[in-house]
Amino acid sequence: MTKEERLKKRHKAEKRFRFYGLASIFFALLFVLILVNNIFSKGSSAFMKTAINVEVFFDPELIEIQNGATSDEILEADFYDIAIETLLKVYPAKTLDEENALIDLFTTDAEIEIKRVFLEDNTLIGKKINLEITASDDIDQLHKGNYPRDLPEDRRRISNFQLKIYDNLVENKKIIKNFNNYFFSNGDSRDPELAGIGGALVGSFYSIIICLLLAFPVAVLASIYLEEFAPKNKITDFIEININNLAAVPSIVYGLLALQILLATIQLPRSTPLVAGITLALMTLPRIIIPCRASLKAVPPSIREGALAVGASKFQSVFHHVVPLALPGTLSGTIIGLAQALGETAPLILIGMVAFVVDIPSTPIDPSSSLPVQVYLWSESAERGFVEKTSATIMMLLSFLIVMNFVAVYLRQKFEKRWN
Amino acid sequence: MNFVLIFLITIFSLSLFFYGRSKTKSLSIQNNIKLNALPKFYGYYLVLWCSIPALVFLLVWSLFEPVIIKSIIIETAANQGAIFNDKNEANLIYEKIKAIHLGTFFGDIDSILKESAISYAKFINLFTNSKIVLIFGIIIASVIYSLKKIKNNNKARDDVELILKGLLFASSLIAILTTLGIIFSLLFESIKFFSVINIFDYLFGTNWSPQRAFVSDASAITAAEYEELKDAFGFIPLIAGTSFIAFIAMLVAVPIGLFSGIYMAEYASVKVRRLAKPIIEILAGIPTVVYGFFAALTVGPFFRQVGESLGLTVSSESALAAGLIMGIMIIPYISSLSDDVINSVPQSLRDGSYAIGATKSETIKQVVIPAALPGIIGSVLLAVSRAIGETMIVVMAAGLAANLTINPLESTTTITTQIVMILVGDQEFDSPKTQSAFALGLTLFVATLALNYIAQRAVKKYREKYD
Repeated sequence: MTKEERLKKRHKAEKRFRFYGLASIFFALLFVLILVNNIFSKGSSAFMKTAINVEVFFDPELIEIQNGATSDEILEADFYDIAIETLLKVYPAKTLDEENALIDLFTTDAEIEIKRVFLEDNTLIGKKINLEITASDDIDQLHKGNYPRDLPEDRRRISNFQLKIYDNLVENKKIIKNFNNYFFSNGDSRDPELAGIGGALVGSFYSIIICLLLAFPVAVLASIYLEEFAPKNKITDFIEININNLAAVPSIVYGLLALQILLATIQLPRSTPLVAGITLALMTLPRIIIPCRASLKAVPPSIREGALAVGASKFQSVFHHVVPLALPGTLSGTIIGLAQALGETAPLILIGMVAFVVDIPSTPIDPSSSLPVQVYLWSESAERGFVEKTSATIMMLLSFLIVMNFVAVYLRQKFEKRWN
Repeated sequence: MNFVLIFLITIFSLSLFFYGRSKTKSLSIQNNIKLNALPKFYGYYLVLWCSIPALVFLLVWSLFEPVIIKSIIIETAANQGAIFNDKNEANLIYEKIKAIHLGTFFGDIDSILKESAISYAKFINLFTNSKIVLIFGIIIASVIYSLKKIKNNNKARDDVELILKGLLFASSLIAILTTLGIIFSLLFESIKFFSVINIFDYLFGTNWSPQRAFVSDASAITAAEYEELKDAFGFIPLIAGTSFIAFIAMLVAVPIGLFSGIYMAEYASVKVRRLAKPIIEILAGIPTVVYGFFAALTVGPFFRQVGESLGLTVSSESALAAGLIMGIMIIPYISSLSDDVINSVPQSLRDGSYAIGATKSETIKQVVIPAALPGIIGSVLLAVSRAIGETMIVVMAAGLAANLTINPLESTTTITTQIVMILVGDQEFDSPKTQSAFALGLTLFVATLALNYIAQRAVKKYREKYD
């Protein structure tokens, strides 16, 4: 091998090596793209829902209440007959099976939707109105194109008869898409068309607020102590080792801790944002302390010495001068810690947040779900409608995380002083 | 009740602030003395003395009250003739008594329960009253003490700073308390578990199927029952599955993470670095449940289809899918740590290598990486500890049944998956099945701790070498 050949080979190896590096970065970026694209393409349809335009006749013979009924009377009244009559008018059904198939095109809450209209206007008895009633999950998915209709009938959830009705409705422009308000206002449900993340949103909100209230002050005070006041001795070393270890403990272990101490020993109520918040606070605490200490450390000693030189006590120099300067870094570390806590699932599963909760929690001691747990719960469901709901929940979760991270970066860049 | 008390304590102690401030001011004017601190510090002093002891007492009391009441009630119920065989039934009776007291119990109430509910109400009353009396006592005592100090013109600022320093120290102790809490809660149940199952049978057993482990009476297990039990709690398949999935994850994460770390540190321009680094770190910020969803609903079925077209049988919950996605999750941990480590290799080493005519890649391969090796190994070990503690990806994308297999296309299970599976839903307390989850947790805790310890030692040693 001549000298030139050897050099050529070495340069080729150089290029190859460089290519590997570029390829791995590219692969990582590609994966981010695939993941985000996959979630968005699956989930964006969940923000719309399919409804069927029907004509409701408030037949005085089918209902006991009169015009001008009070809302209590309306709530107690039975709208079932009116609902059934309304739905059956959509398409001529001959047999009982066909009638059932027809009714199955609509959500199980059709009666409630009609009642809600009447609650708003209690003079409708004897009148006819046009109403958009939410379609069932099967029709919803079919209309959004998520459901293949060319399968053989016995492998489809929708029968040929239902398909015929659906095509007829589409032809008459009776099928509409509108904004899916249920997705934001409802709690969990067994029916995908009615299921929403309202409960999970509130649960997550309470948990994060409790986590913030507990973790932030303790983390700031602890890092001030360790960075500014702690004497160099064995106790301080031991505390530092503990904090570093706790930051690396798998999150599920915190779930076991919460199960044993918070639920079994102290007997706090299961499945509640209160317990979730405390658990997340314990978990986030070391993860906040580490950036807090770093930002305290970044304040140059001249600041402290300047304050001491004009007669401030150690406390005054720390709290009047060092802490305000370190605050932006502290806050952004806290927000990033909270963002991690917001996406945490495993410990919440162990404290029972996987319970099926329909009601939206009104206080932190009501049973509740949270956004990531809702993702886990729905991803286990078989119904096709839950796939888009899960993806949409992930979209919500990711957008919260993005916002939080942007705020953290903004705080750091806008307010943090550079010292050199 | 507690909220009202906290509110009252807060209001009262805040009002003491104004009292303390004006009191010391007038004191100094009347007696014409110079105060040892600014008047507001006397206010702070009173506030701290009035609130902290009372609030600490309230916290401790609230932690122990339910436990103590429960044990008293169960004992009185037993004395009155309630029959229960184990802790579960005792808990059930206690819940019933509580529900009767709250008026939310529907069903037959016998005389024993009724009597117990009455005594429960009595105890609740007693405890609440004594709590209030004690809190008032504490507040009065501490206010008298601190007022006396103020009248003597104490050095209020020094005292306030001392109290606050104690508060700072107490908050840093929470880290130790958490560690202790973790260790105790894991040990407590694990010891119970290992008193039933021999620790060697657990560590070396090759069969894991806790759903079969049903014991009617945990205190008296016959030899035949034990044979059955022993067979249900074998740890080997779990550690095998966990390491197998972690191994697949490392096969993905180590090359990709390391190469991107090298590229970022050695080749990338400032512009590329500033753009690519945060995007790669997004991977670390995505919640693991999202990865789990992606692995279970997209990657798993995709591999299955590919496998089918190649004529292979791929389980839809394959170790490969879980490991691959976990590996991608771990990339940023390795890339940013090795980036840091490589950056801190002194430039003089590189310059020496260039001077004798080595190309950049030769320098990296033969000088920089060997110099940075301890740090890189440390970052890989940290990543391994992440991988074995990771829960959601494997819960959603790996299997539930414990197979001893090295075929990546089959499903396996992991330690974390089993903890979740055992503890989700209704748990029977005091059954070996529930306790086994804590034993698994303890094993996981010890394993990650050991890995972290070694990794941190390696990184630290490496840092010292070049500092």
